[in-house]
Amino acid sequence: MYAQMIKSEATQDDPEKLAAFQARIDANEKIEPKDWMPEGYRKTLIRQIGQHAHSEIVGQLPEGNWITRAPTLERKAILLAKVQDEAGHGLYLYCAAETLGVTRDELTEMLLDGRMKYSSIFNYPTLTWADMGAVGWLVDGAAIMNQVPLQRTSFGPYSRSMIRICKEESFHQRQGYDIMMKMCKGTDAQKRMAQNALDRMWFPSLMMFGPSDADSVHSEQSMKWKIKMNGNDELRQKFVDQTVPQAEYLGLTVPDPDLTWNEEKGGYDFSQPDWDEFYDVLKGNGPCNKERLAARNKAWDDGAWVREGLMAHAEKKRAAKLAAE
Amino acid sequence: MASADPYFDFLLRMGDNTLILGHRVSEWCGHAPVIEEDIALANTALDLIGQTQMWLGLAAEVEGKIRTADDLAMLRDAWDFRSALLVQQPNGDFGQTLMRQFLFDAWHLEMLKGLIKSSEVRVAEIAAKAVKEVQYHVERSGDTVIGLGDGTAESHAKMQAALDLLWPFVGELFTPDAVDDAMTANGIAPDLNDLRTAFDTHIGSVMTEATLTIPDSRFAHKGGKSGFQHSEHLGHILTQMQWLQRAYPGASW
Ligand SMILES: [Fe+2]
Ligand SMILES: [Fe+2]
Ligand SMILES: [Fe+2]
Repeated sequence: MYAQMIKSEATQDDPEKLAAFQARIDANEKIEPKDWMPEGYRKTLIRQIGQHAHSEIVGQLPEGNWITRAPTLERKAILLAKVQDEAGHGLYLYCAAETLGVTRDELTEMLLDGRMKYSSIFNYPTLTWADMGAVGWLVDGAAIMNQVPLQRTSFGPYSRSMIRICKEESFHQRQGYDIMMKMCKGTDAQKRMAQNALDRMWFPSLMMFGPSDADSVHSEQSMKWKIKMNGNDELRQKFVDQTVPQAEYLGLTVPDPDLTWNEEKGGYDFSQPDWDEFYDVLKGNGPCNKERLAARNKAWDDGAWVREGLMAHAEKKRAAKLAAE
Repeated sequence: MASADPYFDFLLRMGDNTLILGHRVSEWCGHAPVIEEDIALANTALDLIGQTQMWLGLAAEVEGKIRTADDLAMLRDAWDFRSALLVQQPNGDFGQTLMRQFLFDAWHLEMLKGLIKSSEVRVAEIAAKAVKEVQYHVERSGDTVIGLGDGTAESHAKMQAALDLLWPFVGELFTPDAVDDAMTANGIAPDLNDLRTAFDTHIGSVMTEATLTIPDSRFAHKGGKSGFQHSEHLGHILTQMQWLQRAYPGASW
């Protein structure tokens, strides 16, 4: 998922108001921007939606990396459409966050100077065309796991943006799996590429769900507020159970020697990812953290004159219109 | 050099222009000044690649189904490409990219309007589909040229520099050669000379609003659409675009 390790803010509001607020959430009412809400709820949501939005935006980069090298015109078109969707998702989510009293520019600045994070997954490189398959299949697949339940989240604008986003995410996953199918039915080199992509992306995909709930101190309050709908371990299990048969169908081997079907629990037993690596990535030491952030900073800095120019023009037009009235 | 069939050459010109420009525009993915521009640039590139599929698809049929649209895109070397020099030019800064886009879009729009009336039904059909997209492209690129030309002193200077840089690549689009003459003669394509008037009026009004000065020269580089002498850039574009197909011949993706 695109929001990891979101710290819930402690809340020091009037207990009566808090109780009434919680009652609305328990009754599955949607909280709208103009409604009263605890400061902690607002701050936690800004952090969560912001991180999600940043992930969509930074997430353009690893896939954008292959658009100019897509092997056919159709694959190129599909990949372009997908990356365009991701930018659109970023836009909806920034708009949802803005209803909570923060601007898109403020959020962007916080991403660019490292105060806010984006999903760890986008700090991994895309090295072969099979990675375009694996990203759609695994990364969008993991994102869907988390985002489908978030359609029912308590905050109205967030819930509505999730509904729009989920429609497109399932297309993203399908096109990714379709690339994998083609590769796995292809030449030996293509099969090797596909296996290599799974080998590299399997554990980083499992990390997307965040550390085990046992180690996650912030989950409880967020679950009560219905801005987190499921536990991390629960979603990770669901993802593994869904993905392993898909890998088998492709004829690929999941890079986990301890992966076994557990009849009793009706799911797979599997190895945890290397959580030290996960914390390293969050600290900025993933394989591509520096490039990703540098690329976003460069886009923002190089674009300053464009934003200023367009704003100056809009201002001139407004002034001219006023003068004419 | 021109191939035996000018109609095939003409279709390559249409498809190679959209392919190479689509490639250039897609290089922006994730790097634009604001998200709205990321979306718009990806959308433009997507339209252009879609048009490429139609033009090169028809070219492949006309050739006799020896090759597919993908073969034409991915397995021809630079000298067999028929894209104009303008679309091969590097992105430069955002202003240069949008100036290149506007100059191309303004030509493209007039061309497609002419092609809607083509004596070849298939050409007319593709043009009718593409013209709706290009109408939108030119409105957007024109508005951006105006916004940045008439923005700050800095944005104005950058847009004027972009116009000065790219202007010598405009003429090629309007200079008829043997292929164009053959297309005009059999009613497949409009006379390029006729398009120039509408183009000049269009860009004249946009540049005036943008407070930009069109260079007082009709000097035009040539060699792209004939394939006689491309820019050095084209070879580099192709090394990227064609790499997978070249490295893994015969694989299906
Ligand atoms: Fe997305
Ligand atoms: Fe995504
Ligand atoms: Fe997606």
